[in-house]
Amino acid sequence: MPRLNLRQMKENQSGVIAAVRANGELGRRIRDMGLVPGTEIAVCGRAPLYDPVALRLLGFTLTLRNNEADFIEVDVED
Amino acid sequence: METTIALAGNPNSGKSTLFNALTGARQHVGNYPGVTVEKKEGRYLRNGLQFKIVDLPGTYSLTAYSPEEVVARDFLVNEKPQLVIDIVDAANLERNLYLAIQFMELGIPVCIALNMIDVAEKRGVKIDAAKLCALLGAPVVPTVARSGKGKDELMDSAAALVKAGKASQPLAISYGSDVDRTLDELTPKIAAAGFLSGSYPARWVALKYLENDEQIRCLGRRADPKLAAELEAAVDRLSTHLQETADTYPEMVIADHRYGFIKSVLKQGVVTYQQDLSRLFLSDKIDKVLTQRFLGPVIMAAVVWGLYHFTFSLSETPVAWVEGFFEWLGGQADARLADGLLKSLLKSGIIDGVGGVIGFTPLIMFMFFGISLLEDSGYLARVAYMLDRVFRIFGLHGSSVMAFIVSGGIAGGCAVPGVMAARTLKSPRERLATLLTAPFMNCGAKLPVFALLVAAFFSSHEALMMVLITAVAWIGALLAAKLLRITVIKGASTPFVMELPPYRLPTFKGLLIHTWERTWQYIKKAGTVILSISILLWALMTFPRLPEATLAQFEEQRAAEMAAASEAVAQEVESAEEDKERSADARALKERLLAIDGQKAEAGLRHSIAGRMGTALESITHLAGFDWRTNIALVGGFAAKEVVVSTLGTAYSLGEVDPEESGPLSEKLAQTPGWGVLTALSLIVFTIFYAPCFVAVVCISREAGSWKWGVFSMVFNTLIAFLLAVLVFQTGSALGF
Repeated sequence: MPRLNLRQMKENQSGVIAAVRANGELGRRIRDMGLVPGTEIAVCGRAPLYDPVALRLLGFTLTLRNNEADFIEVDVED
Repeated sequence: METTIALAGNPNSGKSTLFNALTGARQHVGNYPGVTVEKKEGRYLRNGLQFKIVDLPGTYSLTAYSPEEVVARDFLVNEKPQLVIDIVDAANLERNLYLAIQFMELGIPVCIALNMIDVAEKRGVKIDAAKLCALLGAPVVPTVARSGKGKDELMDSAAALVKAGKASQPLAISYGSDVDRTLDELTPKIAAAGFLSGSYPARWVALKYLENDEQIRCLGRRADPKLAAELEAAVDRLSTHLQETADTYPEMVIADHRYGFIKSVLKQGVVTYQQDLSRLFLSDKIDKVLTQRFLGPVIMAAVVWGLYHFTFSLSETPVAWVEGFFEWLGGQADARLADGLLKSLLKSGIIDGVGGVIGFTPLIMFMFFGISLLEDSGYLARVAYMLDRVFRIFGLHGSSVMAFIVSGGIAGGCAVPGVMAARTLKSPRERLATLLTAPFMNCGAKLPVFALLVAAFFSSHEALMMVLITAVAWIGALLAAKLLRITVIKGASTPFVMELPPYRLPTFKGLLIHTWERTWQYIKKAGTVILSISILLWALMTFPRLPEATLAQFEEQRAAEMAAASEAVAQEVESAEEDKERSADARALKERLLAIDGQKAEAGLRHSIAGRMGTALESITHLAGFDWRTNIALVGGFAAKEVVVSTLGTAYSLGEVDPEESGPLSEKLAQTPGWGVLTALSLIVFTIFYAPCFVAVVCISREAGSWKWGVFSMVFNTLIAFLLAVLVFQTGSALGF
């Protein structure tokens, strides 16, 4: 499974979070929402200006900015 | 002693709905001291059970990053409720239990309400509540807050747990060998020293040190600097070790293990999926349309426009009732009291002031109803999602748009409900910047000022001018926000990471409670602060009064006019019947008398404190082209922007001019030397940007949590307004206009 940065993922692409490199408040917020290694996610859409990105995980929808997605690495399914 | 139960849970887990179902109308809303987080309390009474229920703010976690989290944590630690009812969204168990685990770590007895179990079942998620209960060691009760199903069973479980009264042991899960080792090393030290032991369990303190929790570290340094330093050093050692060996930090490891623990619990047969989880639910299908690249923004514009119309058009009738009532009251005072100070105070100070403030109430109710509808349905989160990219450029947040629109982003709004609309913003810095810049928008009260000036000097380009004025307000507000965010409110943008909750039909009861609570808070405020400021402003424009000699002069002039006229004409003017057709002579005399009254009012205004302020300021304000008359009018505009028009009327001896019918004043200005296109432009720019009216200032202070920000908005806005006005006037003058 290739490893991609979350920002580079395409719509409807899914994968498993491999690493979250954010620290401090952002890191905390990301993890609070369940974005921890091992969680399955799918990109379900992007805002009209291509940023932020919307994700589907653990049965809910989450949105974060592209520059926040940069800290998250995902093993994607081909 | 009465049993206190805290109600906690993630945002969008149905917490407010459950709180309303449990407490009905027995609620009390206030604020936590020093922060703008709402504190709701209510009572639950049934079959001899009686509980005080405190609704904690919705949070995802118990860190110390957001005011909501700090408030929730402080409440649990300081007020020591006997029990926490944690409402979890059954369809979303894994993430919701993350908060539950943290309550358990803190050692507070927890009772779990497995809410929206019906939605979960419809989605094919089956949850074994008994098994979850056994694994977590906490009661788990399925509920449906909307219908009230399960709420009595929930409270019975809670009552049983309180009655059993056994102190619950803090949950001690493993956070991996490295973290565990450090925890085991620090916990005995903390326990032995009694470090922060009054409030927190020892292992929890150690855990928070490892999580880099600023609040606990501060408390620690104050309580025992030596041990605190020792703890921090131990955490640093672990941190360095983890970074070198695994490229990670203690707080990350801890979070990962919490989720690991939850996953292991859920995997033991608690949750079974009968359908494919990636299936598109109704909510996702709606999103495919509502956030679609082209359709999304179009629908959003329509919704925002709809909200605006809902707020300002539908509230017109009730606003007219309220205004009518206060006009009638003023008329009564006018008719029943003798001319003099008391009448003037009652009419201009109290009735007009309170009337103006209460007049906002219908607006605020409609605004909150509309915003609550958008918020509770889940659409507001989509607005933030779609607009974030634009507002972020200016250091704001996608949600800022609501405050801007309601404040007058579509000309004719009102900053008072606008500022309150910023409550939906959870990011503190972005919120403050929104609060401070939303009043730049062109509220309905500024419009008569623009109408007056545009009619006088730009009568051939009225529509164009109004569009330009709106554009200037938007550009100014966004740039000012950016300026604030790189100076006074600087700091990285608050993480955007946000849930897009599933679309839900809001409950009508919830909407009504929500709307009423907020409106009532506003009315209470109006009764106190706003009344006193209104009286103060009245006094500024009334005292000191003209000296007796001057008053006598005006009386003499009147008497002279009357004497000069024939007896019959004088009689005709004296008789108070307004509608009677008068002779030409009588009308001429009446006009001359009114002119004298106008001059008297002008002299009185100039003599008052406000007048003296206006005159004194002339030396600076002439840079922007304003004379003392404009200055006084602008001082008066602090009460409400449309007062600028009526005060200008008085200052130009026309008596009080009705802002809706400013034609004569407009003509007068057009003919007055010293007034021209440039002065008008400069005044328009100043009016857009200068200090918000005092009702808005009071609201800003309240929403920002400190008077400091209210004062700041007055000074900062006036300064910007003045600089821009000077820029316009001086550039224009230099160019020879």
